[in-house]
Parts: sequence; C-alpha cells; structure tokens
Amino acid sequence: MTMLELIDTYWLYFLVGQYPDGPLGGLVLTILLSGAALLLAMPLGLLLGIARVSPYRAVNVPVAVLVHVVRAVPLLLVLFWAYFFLPAVTGVKTSQATTMLIVLVLFDSIYLAEIVAAGIRALPRGQLESARSLGLGYGAALRHVVLPQTLRHGLPSIVNQLVSTIKATSLGYIIGLSEVSFIATQINTLVFTQAVEVYLILALTYFILCFGLSRLAFLLERRLQRRPEQAS
Amino acid sequence: MIVLDKVNKYYGDYHALVDISERVERNEVLVVCGPSGSGKSTLIRTLNRLEEIDAGRIEIDGRDIHAKGADVNALRAGIGFVFQHFNLFPHLTVLENCTLAPVKLGRATKAEAREVAMGLLEQVGLAHKADAYPNALSGGQQQRVAIARALAMRPPIMLFDEPTSALDPEMVGEVLQVMRTLASQGMTMVCVTHEMGFARDVADRIWFMSEGKILEKATPQDFFANPQHPRAQQFLADHRRD
Repeated sequence: MTMLELIDTYWLYFLVGQYPDGPLGGLVLTILLSGAALLLAMPLGLLLGIARVSPYRAVNVPVAVLVHVVRAVPLLLVLFWAYFFLPAVTGVKTSQATTMLIVLVLFDSIYLAEIVAAGIRALPRGQLESARSLGLGYGAALRHVVLPQTLRHGLPSIVNQLVSTIKATSLGYIIGLSEVSFIATQINTLVFTQAVEVYLILALTYFILCFGLSRLAFLLERRLQRRPEQAS
Repeated sequence: MIVLDKVNKYYGDYHALVDISERVERNEVLVVCGPSGSGKSTLIRTLNRLEEIDAGRIEIDGRDIHAKGADVNALRAGIGFVFQHFNLFPHLTVLENCTLAPVKLGRATKAEAREVAMGLLEQVGLAHKADAYPNALSGGQQQRVAIARALAMRPPIMLFDEPTSALDPEMVGEVLQVMRTLASQGMTMVCVTHEMGFARDVADRIWFMSEGKILEKATPQDFFANPQHPRAQQFLADHRRD
C-alpha cells in the first residue's frame, strides 16, 4: 500500500473517527478539545493570575498551593486518576472527552496564571503607582494599565502554552479517548506493515496545527507592535 | 490646607519620619530639600497615601486621610502626583495618558476629557505630540506630559517627587518652567527637589529635612542667606560646590 492509498483509505477515519456511527473522534476531536480548553482556560488563567498576585493572603495562598501542586504532578497521572479512580469514589462517571477537557483546562489555566502573574510582577512598580495616584482603583488600574502591557509582553509564552495544549490532547490515548493519536494507532494496527508512514502523517498533522497557530500568533504580535510601546 | 500632626513612619527598625508636625497653606509653594535618605520622598508620598503612616495624623481640608475607611481613590483624584521617573503609560498615546483617568472615573465624557487634555498639553507645549507614544518623547517631554496628565484631574494640590532628578541637565529647564507657570497660577504645590535655583525663585517656604526630621523651615531668603542648623549649612555648602 502506498502512502496515497493509505490516505485515500483512512482519511475520513483519521479525520472524525467512527463518527457518525460512533463518537466523534480523530483530528476534529483533537481540534475541538484543544480549542475548548483554550477558550475556557484563558479567562480562568487570567483570574487565577490576578489572584496569585493579590495582596490578600486568603486569595493568593490557595492559588499558590494549587499552582505548586499542579505544576509538580504529570498531566498523564492526573488524567489517569480522574478517569479511573475518581468515578470509583464519587460514583459519577464522566466521558473520556469531558475528563480530558477538565484536566486540560485545569493545567492550562494554572500555567497561564503563572504567565500572567509573572508579567504583572515584572512590570515596573511605577505603572501601578501612577495609575493609582490618579485615583483609579486597583481593579481599574489592573484593567487599563497593568494587564494590557502584561498580556502583550506575555504573548510568546501564552502561545507556547496554547501549542503545548494541542500536543497534550494526545495523552488522552491512555484513557482510550479516540483523538487523532489514538486513531492513528488504530490505523496502524489495521494496516500493520506501515507504522513509519502512519506516524509520519500523524507527526505532520501536529506540526501543521502547532506551527500554524504559532505563525498566527506571530502575525498578531507584529500587528500589536506596530503601535510602539515599551517603558523607557 | 494640609496639616501634619506628629506623623511617624518606620521601615522595620528604621525611623523614616520622626514626629513631623507642620502645615501647608492654600496657594503655597513649598520646597522640601535635604540629603538623600532624609525622608523627603517618604513624606511627600504619605500625602496621597502611596505610603502609609504608623502614627500621627494627616489632614487635607480638614479630613483625616489616613483614617480607616477614608476613600483613598477620591483622595488621590484630588491630588496630582508627579514621579521622578514619569511613569507614563507606554501602551497609550500622550493624549490617552491624559484622558484615561478622567474618563474612567466618570469625571468627563471622552470629548470633554480630550478638550481639557489638549488645553493642558498646549500649556506644557506638547499639543503637537498628542498622538505620539511616550517612548518617542525625550525625558523632559515625558515629564511635561506627566504633569499634564496629573493636571487633567483638576486637582487643587500638586505633589512633585524629584521631578527633574532623572533628566539630562539640558531638559531640566523646560520642566521647571512648567512648574513655575503652575506656581504663578496659584497652584498649591509641594516639591521635593534638589533644584536650589527653583527653590530660591519660586518657593514660598522651604523645609530642610535630615534623618526623618524637618530641621529647618524658612523663607528662601532666610534659608539661603542665613541657614540656622549646621546640617543645613553643610547641605548648602555642598550644593554651592557643585
């Protein structure tokens, strides 16, 4: 079987899994999952990041604890845990896709929170002080002065996090989530003799997704930078 | 207008402000000078609560500004503050820097704020830079914008914390000129500065500070001609040598 025949035979399976006869899977599931994770994690990460630098201990300590725990545990382990052990304890069974989404949002928002918090801390203190000295409250100063600068400076790190989210969806493999890596493995089992080709296509798919996203972010960054800035 | 009563401030064990009791009158231009580390900046920053105090009382127009529950945002909106390092908002244009607070605090519509800001930029000689970003401006220009930004809130009091100390020498004059104009318009001003020429010409009174205390308060004539305290004499001698 040539590479073209391989693609010709399995492209639909690769793209959507067993859908419509079974659950949606394949590349579409991977994209939907990463997209949903990013959309949910971004506002959550922003809030957690602001909470992380809050002057109130009751707010910043719990977030700090959460950050340290999540950072120190592999995503794979949490996923495994959430899918196999949690239902045994709570009696509530969530689907593979929902479990994956929750774990992705948890990890993403924590990492994004650290990016946001680092950006806020890195901004010269005088920015917040001068905003406050004009009579703006803490929230207004954050919103109009601190965050616009923080997010612009943090854009490369944020994109980095988004890209790694796409790749992290492949860990759903361990709980039998039929995302694109799982499907590729299935195809490989069916074809049996063409592992190199199958996994090459899979790698290429991830590359196009991630590279495309980082190019998009690069263009966005350039557009933002057309407005000059930087504190002197 | 501003009354300080036994104000004390500590940084850990360090006694930064020691029993400061003084008054600043309406329309007065007060210059605070003294060697670095003498507590000048700390003092001026307590006047709009950028620094908290540990004991004593500061009243502005009869209101205890460090009281629990005092509205710090309303207080600051009525006091302009100019920083040593300008602290303009780099992501906003010069005009947007001047209109942000009045608009967001509901003091003016966008159009009104623009008009006021353009008038103030005119006054500091930078109306032609309204659409520029701060990093395209020289230090002196940035500081003049910072003064316009503070004035945009129409504050009855202006505080200046070493406004020319971060500037190249050739840019000091343009900023002092703006401050002179403000003083001549009757603005109540407290200026921490090392510019003794400005102090001599513009100040109504001078406080000389050292080690957290006001060692000498005098008119400029008396202070420069006949300083009483040995520390003040030393300070002036060092300054003349420069």
